[in-house]
Formats: sequence, structure tokens, C-alpha cells
Amino acid sequence: MEAVMFQLLAGLATGSIYASLALALVMIYQATHLVNFAQGEMAMFATYLAWSLINAGMGYWPAFCLTVLGAFVLGVLIERIVIRPVENAPVLAVVVVFIGLLVILNSVAGWIFSYTIKSFPSPFPPALGLRYMSPHQVGALLVTLLVLALLYVFFRFTPLGLAMRAAAENPVSSRLVGIRVGWMLALGWGLAAAVGAVAGMMVAPIVYLDPNMMSGILLYAFAAALLGGIDSPGGAVLGGLVVGVLENLLGAFVIGNELKLVVALVLIVGVLLVRPSGFFGSVQVSRV
Amino acid sequence: MKRRLLPAVALLAATLTFPALAQKKYDPGASDTEIRIGNTNPYSGPASAYGAIGKAIAAYFRMVNDRGGINGRKVNFMSYDDGYSPPKTVEMARKLVEQDEVLLLFQSLGTPSNTAIHKYMNAKKVPQLFVATGATKWNDPKNYPWTMGWQPNYQTEARIYARHILQTKPNAKIAVLYQNDDYGKDYLKGFEDGLGPQHQNMIVAKASYEVSEPTVDSQILQLKSSGADVFFNITTPKFAAQAIRAAYDSGWKPVHYLNNVSNSVGSVLKPAGLEKAVGVITSAYVKDPTDKRWANDPAMKTWREFMAKYNADADLQDPFNVYGYSVAATLEQVLKQCGDTLTRDNVMKQAASLKRFRIDTLLPGIAISTSPTDYAPIEAMQLERFNGHEFELFGEVISNEQ
Amino acid sequence: MNRKMVTVTILLVVMACILPFVLTNYRTFQATLVLVYAIALLGLNILTGYNGQISLGHGAFYAIGAYAAAILMDQGGVPYWATIPIAGAVCLVAGFLFGLPALRLEGLYLALATFALAVSMPPILKAHFIEKWTGGVQGIVIIKPDPPAWLAAAGVKLNADQWLYFFVLAIALVLFIMGWNLVSGRIGRALVAIRDHHTAAEAMGINTALYKSLAFGVSAMYTGIAGALGAIAVQFVAPDSFSVFLSITFLVGIVVGGLASLSGALYGALFIQFVPNIADELSKAAPWAVFGVFLIGFVYLMPTGAAGAVRALTRGRREGKLSHAKEALP
Repeated sequence: MEAVMFQLLAGLATGSIYASLALALVMIYQATHLVNFAQGEMAMFATYLAWSLINAGMGYWPAFCLTVLGAFVLGVLIERIVIRPVENAPVLAVVVVFIGLLVILNSVAGWIFSYTIKSFPSPFPPALGLRYMSPHQVGALLVTLLVLALLYVFFRFTPLGLAMRAAAENPVSSRLVGIRVGWMLALGWGLAAAVGAVAGMMVAPIVYLDPNMMSGILLYAFAAALLGGIDSPGGAVLGGLVVGVLENLLGAFVIGNELKLVVALVLIVGVLLVRPSGFFGSVQVSRV
Repeated sequence: MKRRLLPAVALLAATLTFPALAQKKYDPGASDTEIRIGNTNPYSGPASAYGAIGKAIAAYFRMVNDRGGINGRKVNFMSYDDGYSPPKTVEMARKLVEQDEVLLLFQSLGTPSNTAIHKYMNAKKVPQLFVATGATKWNDPKNYPWTMGWQPNYQTEARIYARHILQTKPNAKIAVLYQNDDYGKDYLKGFEDGLGPQHQNMIVAKASYEVSEPTVDSQILQLKSSGADVFFNITTPKFAAQAIRAAYDSGWKPVHYLNNVSNSVGSVLKPAGLEKAVGVITSAYVKDPTDKRWANDPAMKTWREFMAKYNADADLQDPFNVYGYSVAATLEQVLKQCGDTLTRDNVMKQAASLKRFRIDTLLPGIAISTSPTDYAPIEAMQLERFNGHEFELFGEVISNEQ
Repeated sequence: MNRKMVTVTILLVVMACILPFVLTNYRTFQATLVLVYAIALLGLNILTGYNGQISLGHGAFYAIGAYAAAILMDQGGVPYWATIPIAGAVCLVAGFLFGLPALRLEGLYLALATFALAVSMPPILKAHFIEKWTGGVQGIVIIKPDPPAWLAAAGVKLNADQWLYFFVLAIALVLFIMGWNLVSGRIGRALVAIRDHHTAAEAMGINTALYKSLAFGVSAMYTGIAGALGAIAVQFVAPDSFSVFLSITFLVGIVVGGLASLSGALYGALFIQFVPNIADELSKAAPWAVFGVFLIGFVYLMPTGAAGAVRALTRGRREGKLSHAKEALP
């Protein structure tokens, strides 16, 4: 019984890793209706920036804030410079641009920072730890929930959030009501990058910082975001936690480590077959 | 008159009797001025961390060329990216052999990559020398006379740990964590073989992981709950650090054997937490650049100067840079021994006749020896235990040499 | 097919036949790989380009085809040429079976399902309960086929590389002609109709479920045949050769080559075969970064792919003014 408890809580801890990146994916989707495959690498790059600042002597929280800000600016710049020229290209062409961005960021990070793993500090005091979860794992989960709450409030209750959702949903009508669609997109990218940076800084102390840190996590985050519903931040977090726990329990007690990923994915796709828009995703209704 | 003629006649007789000394023989890839060496390495893709080895070797040969080359010939080191994908390795190997016409293929990296070109290289009779993988299959001179490994193979290393366990803790309950690929499974096999028929009873838990997984925390919990008191940790650096930390944090205190691939103090133990790695046992054959033991070691000082001058972009903490330096030095020796007979045949012959060749970046007591029936250059390792600051060697150098 | 296209195609085929006699063995090998990738990309294009179903998992069908050929040759003693139709049939069924439940999924969710397939392939191939057949992590080594005896008896001397090239070329031609037939006929129009306006297509009486599943099946068959041919050319299969990155490479190939176009498959194959090599020549420090820059550059310059750019160029020259007809390309 204790073993199950351990695996469950370890699953929640890993799940919050997936959830935090899934939030960034949902963020970018809500702003642009596209899934940015380079989100993980952007988060990794931002974490390296934070690491460089901390290594140069800056304190944790100043480095954290500066990195989140820097990531925001980077996101806006990437949207304006890299994504803007292919705005009107077919969707798949934009996906290829994301892939290009992914490999560039990965390769450049490896070149600048090398591939040896780096430790990343955790800001959470030891008092936060529970019997089965380390202080950082608890802290990371809390931060993910906090970001979720902030995003929810932003999109639901602020005019800016509404404008962003409108711009992604219906750019033509939004322009007619005076929303600057172009800037909404850039803002969306900036915010997604910032959320990604937070995710990266929460994840790095657990998995260690290296250029390939996010590649495995991206897959899980993608599955989690879709499981929860690609336009639901709450769904993304729930999806992430479910995926984490599911994988751990499958691996430890059901199918063994070799095939746990396969079974988990089959189950997720199975859920999607029954509920094609995920747990909380809004069902797509299109007028004919 | 006769007296002056005698030395001339003697010289003429000598030249006629030893024609090889006066002749130069070249195979494709060698000439009076250059020796072309081919290599494939993953500079892109998920295994790009190993690309550091290719870069270190390239830097080494730049140094050799600055010193005048090998027997007066410059080394042209041609290395291509294969992204750790066997089809790409096949393509690049064919390019090196058929288009660039290199003398030999050196240190191509990766077990699946080398498996893919194994038959081809032997069919073409081009040396596949000092491959960068510890798989056991490269030591097969009878069937594959053109392929030779370099580092101690994984099964040998695992057997050393198994033997140590049988000697010190014969009633051990062992848990194993391994990477689910060729490298991990090779270690596992050697370990099970080393324990003998009782391995079924001794190994109470096995857990595997994929490189794409974020953490191995779940696996560590599984292993801990098996009640094992010995832990064999077959992981690459990132996961090794996670495993060491997770084991400690969960309160599990087994006798911890760590595979050689991940025993760097600076790159693995420090991120895990030096205090969490106390007692870790591993084996070594190369000096760790982050271990304080070698801070004033003359060989490592030379290595650091080399890194500063020729490989300044690289990470000094990365043990791959010492590995690359050492294996390149081995090739330099082989090519030196070839003299002016730079044929592929002679390259393999010289590679198979290294007699206790010593490189000072290897641990003291470990030397390189090969023979026509022994294609395993380094077969010696020494066990060492981590005391919280550095590794302490214990026991003797354990050698598998015949 | 108009006269111009026929002439161009015939010219290309003639050139293709001459190639192995003017190129070195190594270049012939590379050309063989280009043909293999072209077949794979054509398969993916049928599904994603013409029928609009996104697949991030075609590497899995390539793997199934490759392993089918390898296992048949290694353990079943089946001659290499017989493994091709078998691999095709296996993948046709596999694709169709996958396409059936996939009918319920759209867009991103379908992408995830196919992505899941691609990610699952390596662990499945490594699973120890089928290790006997698949060789587990070690993979399977295949022997390259020699030119057949009847060719030598007829006085034609080819080496193994050249023979394999012609073998793959012949299969590629057959598959391309079949593909052209498919997309320019009723079925192709139905597929495009389903892609462009699903509901209207159904309203017009097209059995969308059947066509979509068939599209999956046929597309998987093409890519599976490519996988089998690729395995024979490279002479080695291993689980980690077929990672999710292969699927992503295929997607990149059809986008850069040109969606919903046959020639796009060839352009895309040239891109994914040669551009990584070029990137490697340009930079040892970060070759992937150079590749990424090339990728983005290509998409900027040619958002509808190379085929789209060629079409725009030739149309512009022919008519001298902008065409107002709606193109088949998205």
C-alpha cells in the first residue's frame, strides 16, 4: 500500500512537470489556434538564461523575474520576426517553421552551454516538504496551480484576455471591433513564452538542465494538453497530473517500464475517441 | 681499393635484402604528405552530447599537425554527422570509404551505428578502428578482422562488479536500473553472466527506462520497494545523477555500483549532491578532469593546456574530452608504428601489436595491449569508491588480459 | 496528362536510368535513398496533402514495412523481391485499421493519435516478448541482394548497388503511376473534396468514412513499401532508427516539397536526403541549427512548397499573367 502511495505522489510530482509545459501549449493555442512545437525548447533556452544569471552571481528571485520578463520579450520578438512572415501560409507550413525553430534553439543551446548537465537551484524552503514529496516537488505543483489560476482569471475576467481570445477565434470580426489582432498574437506568444520559462525553471531542479531537457516532456505535455482539452488551462493541468500518475502506476504495477508509455498513450487516445475534444475542451461546432 | 668498396657493397647488399625499408607503400587515403582519417559522430539529434568526442579528436589532430604531423605527414581528420541514425551512418561511411577514400574509419560512435556498417567495412577491407562503443561484439578478430574496439567493454566491467559482489556480499539482494537499449542490455548481460546461475535469485528487481523519459524517480521507488540492498546503476549521466539523488532522498541506502559511463565527479556526482554519492563504487580507466586527485597531475596539466589552445570552446568538466584525447593518442601511436607502410593491412597489423602502450591520461597501471587474437585494447579497470570529495582507488588493477 | 507533362516525365525517367552508369556506387546509393523517401512522401501526401488528415506518425508505417522485410528475409528465408508486396499488404491493413478509429478525430487530436503511434514504435520493437523475431535492441542485419542470374545471362553487367537502384526505380515508377491515377481520378477528387469541405462532400453522397480509412490504408501501404526498400538498401534495421523524428522528417519533406502534388514527393525527398548533409558541411558546431535555418528559409520563400513554386513559375511564363483559377494546393 505504501508503494502505491509513493508511486501516486511521485506521479503527481512528474505530472506537475507535464502540466506546467502543457499550460504554455494551451496558452499559445488560445492566442493563435496553433500548437507551438518549439515551446519546450523556448522554455529550455529561457532556463539557461536564468542559469547564466544565477551563475554570474544574481540572486534566485531577481534572476527569476528577469528571465520571465526576458522570455516574454523573446516570445514577442519571435512572433514578430519569425512567425509574422508566414502568417498566411498553410497551417502545415507554419508547423514546419515551428520545427525549424525547435532544432535551432536546441542546437544553439548545446553549442553555447554544452551538453553536460547543470544543476538548477530550487527556491523552496525544506519546510515545504511532505513525507512522500520533496519540498521542490510540492513547490512546483503549487506554482503550476498558481499560474493556472492567474491564466484563468486573465482570460475570463480581463478585457485584454477577452480580446486575445477573440483575435484567435475570429480575426476578421475582431478587427472590425477595433482589436489590434497582430499585437494580440505577439502578446499571446510573449505570455506563452513567459509561462514556458516558469515551467522550465520549475522543471530543471528535478530533471537537471541540459539542452534535451524538454524534448521528452514536450510529448507528454502535448498528450496532456489534448487530453484535458486544448483550449482549457484547467484541463491541461488535470491532463498533466493524470498522465504522470497513470504512467507511474502502469510502470510499477501493471505492464512494466518497457511498455508503460505505449499503454498510457493507447489509453489517452481511447479517451479521445470517446470524448474527441478532451475532458474540458469546447466541442468544435462549425456552421456549414 | 677493396676496403673502400666493401662498405658500399655491404650497403647495397643491405638495401637489396631489406627492400621494405626503402619503399613506401600506400593504400587509398595515404600519401607522402597526408593521411586521411574518417569518422562518424552524432553532432545533431538526441545523442549530440557525444559530439564532444569528435570535436576533441579533431582538436588533437590539429595539435599533431602543428607539431609536424605523423612521420612528416599531415592528418586530415574528416568527421561527418550521422545524428545517431544507422541509415545515416551507412551513408556517411560509404561516403568516407568510396568518395573521400580515407585510409581508415576511426572511432565511429554508437553501437547501432557501428553494427550497421560492420559487415560493409569488413567486406571492403577498410579498418573500423577503435570504435566508440563498449559493446562486446567488436572483439572478434576471426570473423571481423577489420573491426576493433578500444574502451573496456561493458560486459567485462559488469563482470568485475559481479565478482566483487560475490566476494564481499554473497547473499546480496540486487536491484538493477538500466537504459533500455543496446548499451544497457549489454551491461545487464555481463552482470548476469558474472553472477553465474544464481543471478536469478540474487537479482530481485530490474527496472528499465527510455532516454525520452524525464525522470527515473518512479523506477527508483520500484527498486527500493523490492527490499534490495545492492544497486547496480546502468545509466547515462543525466539519469545517473537523478538516480543517485532519488535513492538518497528516498532513504534507500544500498551498496551502489555505478557504471563507468557516468562516474564523473563534476558532471554527475556534484549535480546529484556530493554527500548523496558517498560510498558509490565504480570502475575507471581514464582520469576524471573534475577529480581533485589529478589537480596537479602532469598529464592532466598537459591536457588542460591542450584544451585551452586547441579546444577552447569545449567544457573542461566533460570527461568525453579526456576520452577523445586518449583514443586519438592511441591512433597516433598506431600510425607512427606504421612508418612508411601506410596500407590498411599494416594499420590493422600495428593496431594488433600494441604492447603495454601507455598514455598518461589513463589511470596508473592501465596500459593498452593487443594481439592478433586479442582485439580488446583496454581490458583493465580499477575499482574506486567515492568518499564525498573524490574517488579512492581500492584493490588492484583488475585485468582481463590473456 | 498533357503532352508537356508526358515529355518531362519521360525525360526524367530516361535520365534516371542513365544515372547509375555515370555516378559512383556511393552516389547511386544516395539516389536509391532519394527514391525510397519519394515513395514514402508520396504515401504521406496522399493522406495529408490530398485528404487533409494530418499524420505525425508515418515513420511507424515505414518501420513496420522495414521490419516486415527484415524479418521475412532473415528468419523466413523469403527472397527480397517477395517481401515488398507482403510489406505493402501488411501496412495496407495496418493503416486501414488505424484509420477506422481515427475517423472520430480531427486536426490536432488526430495529430496526437498519429504522434502516439510514432512514439510507441521503438518501445514496441524493443519489447522482449517479440525479441525473437525483431532482434530487440540489436536489430537485424540484412544481406544486400545481388543482381539476378537472368540479367547476367542476358549479358548485362550490373553491380549490387546499380541493380538495387533499378529495382527501386521500377517500383517507384509503378507506384507513382498508380498514385497519379488515384489522385487525378474520381477517388482523388473525392479525397480533395473531403479535405476542403467535409460536410459538403458527405452531402454529395461521398462515403467519407470509407474514403478516409482507405486513404489511411493506401498511404500506409506506400510508406510501408518504402520502408521495406529502405531496409534492403541500408541492410540494417534497429528500433531507434525509427524514432518520432523520422515521422517529423517526413512531414517536413511533404511541406517543403509541396502538399498535394506528386512532384512534391520527389522535391521533398531530395530535400530531406541532401540538406542535412549540406548543413553538416557548413557547421560542425551546430549542424542542426543550420538545418533549421534552411527549413525556415525554404518555407518563407516557398510557402506552397517547391512544387508550388515550380507551378507558379511555369504558369506565369505560359500565361504571362496571374491565374484566377483556384489551385488544388491549400
